[in-house]
Amino acid sequence: MPGFWINMGPQHPMTHGLWNMKVKIDGETIIDARPELGYLHRGYEKIMEVREFQKNVVLTDRLCYVSSLTWSHAYCLATEKMMGVEVPERGQWIRVVALELQRVASHLMWLAAFAPDLGLLTGLLWSLRERELFLDLIQILSGARMNQNFPRIGGVRNDLPDNFAAMCRRSIAHFLEKLDEYEVLYHESKVFHMRTQGVGRLGAQDAINWGVTGPNLRASGVNVDLRRLDPYDKYDEVDFEPQVWKGPDPGDSYARFICRYNEMRVSCDIILQALDKMPASGPYRSKPPRRAEGEGYARTEDSRGEALFYVLGDGDDRPYRVKIRSPIFCSMAATPLMLRGNKLADVVSILGSIDVCVGEMDK
Amino acid sequence: MSAPLIPDLFAACKVLTGAIIWVVNQIVLAIAIVIPPFRGLAEWLGSDPVVTALTWLVVMTVMLLWATLVNLLTVMWLERKLYSRLQDRYGIMVSIWSLPFWPFNRKDRPTHMGLGYLQNVADGVKLLLKENLTPRDADSAMFHMAPVLIAASTLMIFVALPWSSGFYVVRLDLNLLFILAAFSLAPFGILMAGWSANNKYTLVGGMRAAAQLMAYEIPMILCVIALVFTTGSLDVFEIVAQQERPLVDLGLFAIPAWNLFGPQILGFVVFTVAMMAEMERIPFDVPEAEAELVEGWTTEYSGMRFGLVFGFKWLRMVAGSALIAILYLGGWTGPVFATFQVGGIAVPIVPEELWFILRVWLLSMVFVVVSWSVPRVRIDQILQIGWKRLVPFSLLAILVAAGAALVGWGP
Repeated sequence: MPGFWINMGPQHPMTHGLWNMKVKIDGETIIDARPELGYLHRGYEKIMEVREFQKNVVLTDRLCYVSSLTWSHAYCLATEKMMGVEVPERGQWIRVVALELQRVASHLMWLAAFAPDLGLLTGLLWSLRERELFLDLIQILSGARMNQNFPRIGGVRNDLPDNFAAMCRRSIAHFLEKLDEYEVLYHESKVFHMRTQGVGRLGAQDAINWGVTGPNLRASGVNVDLRRLDPYDKYDEVDFEPQVWKGPDPGDSYARFICRYNEMRVSCDIILQALDKMPASGPYRSKPPRRAEGEGYARTEDSRGEALFYVLGDGDDRPYRVKIRSPIFCSMAATPLMLRGNKLADVVSILGSIDVCVGEMDK
Repeated sequence: MSAPLIPDLFAACKVLTGAIIWVVNQIVLAIAIVIPPFRGLAEWLGSDPVVTALTWLVVMTVMLLWATLVNLLTVMWLERKLYSRLQDRYGIMVSIWSLPFWPFNRKDRPTHMGLGYLQNVADGVKLLLKENLTPRDADSAMFHMAPVLIAASTLMIFVALPWSSGFYVVRLDLNLLFILAAFSLAPFGILMAGWSANNKYTLVGGMRAAAQLMAYEIPMILCVIALVFTTGSLDVFEIVAQQERPLVDLGLFAIPAWNLFGPQILGFVVFTVAMMAEMERIPFDVPEAEAELVEGWTTEYSGMRFGLVFGFKWLRMVAGSALIAILYLGGWTGPVFATFQVGGIAVPIVPEELWFILRVWLLSMVFVVVSWSVPRVRIDQILQIGWKRLVPFSLLAILVAAGAALVGWGP
């Protein structure tokens, strides 16, 4: 029985951004799927070759506007390795705090997109309400809600503002209360279970073979978290547990939801620990050289998976070549595997749960 | 004792029609002084069959205005305010001072700190002003007929649906059957709209509407069959009249003999769930699942055609809530029916109509809260809920109702 192709995108409520998911359906069942990317390709790797090292931070912020701090931080990390710059201890701790604040904000934005995909618009408004708490904290820290331009090669732009730790603790305490409230909407909702459980199954072996990383891989039951396996900054001194799905039925939309949801709690815990373990004062930034030669490579645990930067310098004040590995670009290759055999309505449940960000996907 | 505000809608409208015809006739007679043949027109207008026919038109207009201008607007406004509150925001707040003409265009009054009741009117005007597009490859006749069919079948419900023992358009013999039949016409309009627009999204949406029709329609009818064991009648007036007595008298107050309290409780639950699917509220609104199907079967409609198919969902919600209230929640019966005399006519302080719309609007609010706190189910899941849960439960409800009728247990 031949089916017909449906374009879900480039302008469609399901696609949170500019991309196209072609779905071939037979009745309501998906028999084939093909993601079409590249609508938002801006040639990042090429643009970065003509800008100075520090000015590229502004660009990398825009790789993913939902999670800009983690991306510019990954670039700074790679460039520091190339230049051989050591970040002061306090600078590293401030980075940990900023990264985790950004991770919670990013995950809340994901939840705000995932819930209305399933028809639950109340989840959108609730998540965006709590996201403001973290955007306010980031604004107090860096001066901007989004696209902060906060990390610097060799540290961070500024020290923690006065009373920042107290503000963090107050916001996090409030947020954790609200997270308990969310469970009424998601964990205890029978319809939510019906829509997410057993949908878009991705086995551990497939997930590894297709290069899926981050919370999507952990939802398949693979304990991979670069903050643990390849610690950068001060993550080796923080005590936390990577959120891996341990229950039955790994790799479905519900597992991905649970992993991301619990990661928000873990990130809050990391922020509190970092605020405690941080040295009270000290330098937060060291001066990087203007020109550099060599190659640097850094991979970090982005909100969506493994973000990798490879920076090559030829002695000029700008990189000779930059390579970006974006996690969602690789995860997208596995989506036909996850979609096939499911129902048409599950497209939103699956693609919502893998947290697509088109900015970083198309680079 | 019940007391409707309008004891007889037809008689009231006949007085109104007579007054209108009298005014028109004065004009016609004035013309007849110059052109004598017009005297015959005045006599024809005043004759009994013409007055009766015109009275029907007036009755239907009154019911249309009551349904759309009062109930539709209010329930839409209540929904938008209520779900905004669920989502921790204010909702629509445009006040009457934002109207652009005298005496409302007061610059010294806040224009956006009101209740926002007129927001829906403004939205309707906006939709009226928008261009009405027809897709190039659409089946134009069917594409334009479908909203008419949906709107007309929804308004047909209100022909038979009574708002009190006096406020109704016409009293049919089997009006419950008529209401249910008018209810189930709309999915055909949806299928027609989805198919004729020649769009893949609308086609899938229309097919979904056709597929889920049977899943909720059958348990709904089975629940009505269960109800008939208790009531012995398909006349909604009779069904409400039977519920107008105390079940248990507790001295200060009495528990009324609603069909809900008794063997019909299971039927009530199944009927309510099926009615939710019938009105296409969010857990069951798979035909227009906006996440995957853009806007479902309404994707290609624009302008007021979209407004029609979109707004009439609320009218169906009002009708569905009214039907549940009539069948299970005692209809327009109420505890207080004190009257006072105005020129020899007994006017109720709290009339039947108020008790009824109170129930209808409260029931609508229950549906609103439910539909804004759960995600949408899938099409295969709604079929499973319908066939594997609702149908067996409604058959069980019939069994319980039959047994209860046998031993004489009932409200």
